[in-house]
Amino acid sequence: MVTVNSETEFLSEAVFEHFLSRNAGLPSWLVKQKEKSWVDYLALPAPSRSMESWRFANVTGLGVEGFRLAPTLEPSETHSLFEASKRIESNSGELVFGNDDLIHEEALSAELSEKGVIFEPLSRAFAKHSEILEEFFMAQESALGSEKFTALHTALNRNGTLLFVPENVEIELPFVSYHWAKGEESAVFPHTLVIAKDNSKVTFVDVYGSDDKDLAQLACGVSTLYAGPGANVEYHYVQNWNESSLSFNRLTTITQRDANIRAFGINIGSKHARSEGHTIIDGAGSNAELFSMTVAHDSQEMDQRTLQSHNAPNSRSNLLFKNALQDESKTIFSGLIKVAEEAQQTDAYQTNRNLLLNPSAEANSLPGLEILANDVKCSHGATTGQIDEEQLFYLLARGVSKPTAQKLLVFGFFEEILKQIKHEELADYHRQLVQQKFGNA
Amino acid sequence: MSTEAAIDIDREKGNFSYDTDYEYDAGVGLSKDTVNYITDVKGEDDWVRAFRLKALEIFHSKPLPTHWATKDLENIDFDKFRYYLSKGQQPSRSWDDVPDDIKATFERLGIPEQERAFLAGVEAQFDSEAAYSRMKDELSKEGVIFVGSTEGLKDHPEIFRKYFGKVIPTGDNKFSALNSAVFSGGSFIYIPPGVKVKQPLQAYFRINAENFGQFERTLIIADEGAEVTYMEGCTAPKFETTTLHSAVVELVALKGAKIQYITVQNWSSNVFNLVTKRGLAEEDAEIKWIDCNIGSRLTMKYPGVILKGRGARGEVLSIALAGDGQHQDTGAKMIHAADDTTSNIIAKSISIGEGRSTYRGQVHIPKHLKGCRNNTECDALLINTNSRTDTYPAITVRGNDNSVQHEASVSKVNAEQIFYLMQRGLNEGEAMSLAVNGFINDLVKQFPMEYSVELKRLIDMEMEGSVG
Repeated sequence: MVTVNSETEFLSEAVFEHFLSRNAGLPSWLVKQKEKSWVDYLALPAPSRSMESWRFANVTGLGVEGFRLAPTLEPSETHSLFEASKRIESNSGELVFGNDDLIHEEALSAELSEKGVIFEPLSRAFAKHSEILEEFFMAQESALGSEKFTALHTALNRNGTLLFVPENVEIELPFVSYHWAKGEESAVFPHTLVIAKDNSKVTFVDVYGSDDKDLAQLACGVSTLYAGPGANVEYHYVQNWNESSLSFNRLTTITQRDANIRAFGINIGSKHARSEGHTIIDGAGSNAELFSMTVAHDSQEMDQRTLQSHNAPNSRSNLLFKNALQDESKTIFSGLIKVAEEAQQTDAYQTNRNLLLNPSAEANSLPGLEILANDVKCSHGATTGQIDEEQLFYLLARGVSKPTAQKLLVFGFFEEILKQIKHEELADYHRQLVQQKFGNA
Repeated sequence: MSTEAAIDIDREKGNFSYDTDYEYDAGVGLSKDTVNYITDVKGEDDWVRAFRLKALEIFHSKPLPTHWATKDLENIDFDKFRYYLSKGQQPSRSWDDVPDDIKATFERLGIPEQERAFLAGVEAQFDSEAAYSRMKDELSKEGVIFVGSTEGLKDHPEIFRKYFGKVIPTGDNKFSALNSAVFSGGSFIYIPPGVKVKQPLQAYFRINAENFGQFERTLIIADEGAEVTYMEGCTAPKFETTTLHSAVVELVALKGAKIQYITVQNWSSNVFNLVTKRGLAEEDAEIKWIDCNIGSRLTMKYPGVILKGRGARGEVLSIALAGDGQHQDTGAKMIHAADDTTSNIIAKSISIGEGRSTYRGQVHIPKHLKGCRNNTECDALLINTNSRTDTYPAITVRGNDNSVQHEASVSKVNAEQIFYLMQRGLNEGEAMSLAVNGFINDLVKQFPMEYSVELKRLIDMEMEGSVG
């Protein structure tokens, strides 16, 4: 048998076998799941433009064969990552991953630990909390087109975050995980699983980034949030992989009775970023709010697909995705609201606003509705336009230079979402990221 | 003659048929022989035969579009239809010369009366061919051509060939390919430069035979500065077996021309209505589709405008009513291909009982264009708990000097409105009917009077017994 080093070879069957042998301590249910997922990954078709779920997307360059499992970093290599991670100082706990290894940890307080809160890297949790993970890890199907990449994630994931909040525990300060990729052709598979039990309250932040500016990397991540009855979950993700990267991200949220979910996304990195968000309303009286801010420049392609599945009555969901496009960038927003027959008294809304800042930028919108119940209020709106001439004139007339005035108006465009973030440090961090992207443009 | 008689086209009114002896019958099923039979009977030129045979190949090579459209399409058995049935290829210029059973059919549908009342010209198609075609004499003097497509091909090939299949290529979709292979009937209209036809031209499409497929082909050309309004109506008897209607309609509006195309589709509920309609608008031209879908089992129709010349305008006003067993899959396409082009889409649908209405739209503003505007509004009303609606628009915009807005909403009839009306003595059905008419009122107001009255009556009838 030829020996294969899974850290240096491109992704292949042999690499997968070697990966399994290197992670021999994994529970048997997980090994089985991984083996099945690898088979699925190989069997599932690659995206093509004739697939409705990939309509308008540039499907060339989505091959993952040219990447290898991200190598374990030397201690000397992790310092810069650790420094880059100090973004949200007032937090309840922090995990820092470099190439899928835990490189830094600020554990939660003894008080929270005593209440039964679990905040652990998956590398430990697979052994320590196997029964929770067996029930919840990758338990949700993909519904939006990236089944092949999700299968790859399940097969090759080895780390990420488990956050479990027991009944009636309310935590104000956010938990934060940083996922860094380093090295040429490195592939990382970040994972987040948040389980908030009845009437609990928690905020979680995922930050994705690269240590190298120009090296092509692959990120294939999955995050899943369970909001139990009456729970309040707030989730933030920052997609800031370097602009040579290919990234896939799937976010699934499941709300039970009277639960609230608020999700905020920032999309600024990657050469080609595909993100899928599935909001599943399984309990009556729940409420989901979904926000996203995308700033694209150069030839970036930001492809976002969302589905709001209303399976229970008396619930509400509201989605607002805003995109600002510079240069030759391209965005795709494809959103669907599905209201099942039994989901009467649903209020579901979906809005996509695109701001085109260059003659070569291209925005695609596919806002959809599938409504099978009649007592509902559902709407979607999509607008694509440019900076308002009157507002620009107003600022120019007051002596503001044109580039500054344009910047201010774009910042104002995103303020509608930023002001929804109540945690001040988080709001500032997000605001800074959006503004920095314009600074570099 | 009362106004009511003229507008009295309801779903049951068309539900009759005559046993007719056809002189020409291409038999059952679709093959090269079918296509050759049609082209022989019509005495067509070789290029038409070649065009048809090529189209048949394309039709066979294309899969059904079930990856995005309904699986109900799989229930169409193309081998069971009759593709050509007629009593002859030459339409009469006088109702007196029309065969008795065909004449009786159109009398029952009120067509000759409407012609006398308010139409500039009428073409009445019975199964595969026009049985009657006539236009007011003063229009022929002005050079207006209004004939069936068979006559158009024969007598005016120099105009016909230039535009035929140019707006909708054969391979546009599986059903446009089918039509291109076996087309028969439909209208050919040419309006010379500057001629403004004040009264509408009308075509009436009638299916009489069972297991029949009607494939009319319409081409309307409005030369520079010309204006025309074309209306089409259709009915078929309700058979146990399925009927297929697959038309191709191409409009060409040259510089500054205006074409308005009005459809009230009231096929019986065994008809698959799979139609491709598209217009090409040159500089400052305007094309407006008013599309009203009430009948059929499944309708798939997305009228479109290619805005090819600077300042061109396109508009689609669409109303769909889907009752039990019906799926109205309708919408609009606006392809902006020049600067300063504007388009407007307003679509309203009502789903009753287990009816399903779907809006599919495409708005495309590609690179390097300036000053393009689109506005799209889609509103859906759901009457019963098991009614369904879907909305699937696709919008692509490039460049920072164009603007597009799309809005869609879904709602049910406001319970307070119904309560208010019932407090004032209306029964629930009447109250519902009033509310539904209110929902589409702003759109219906833009229809010609005769059509808006007809539509209102159809909705009243649909709403009776739909409550509960």
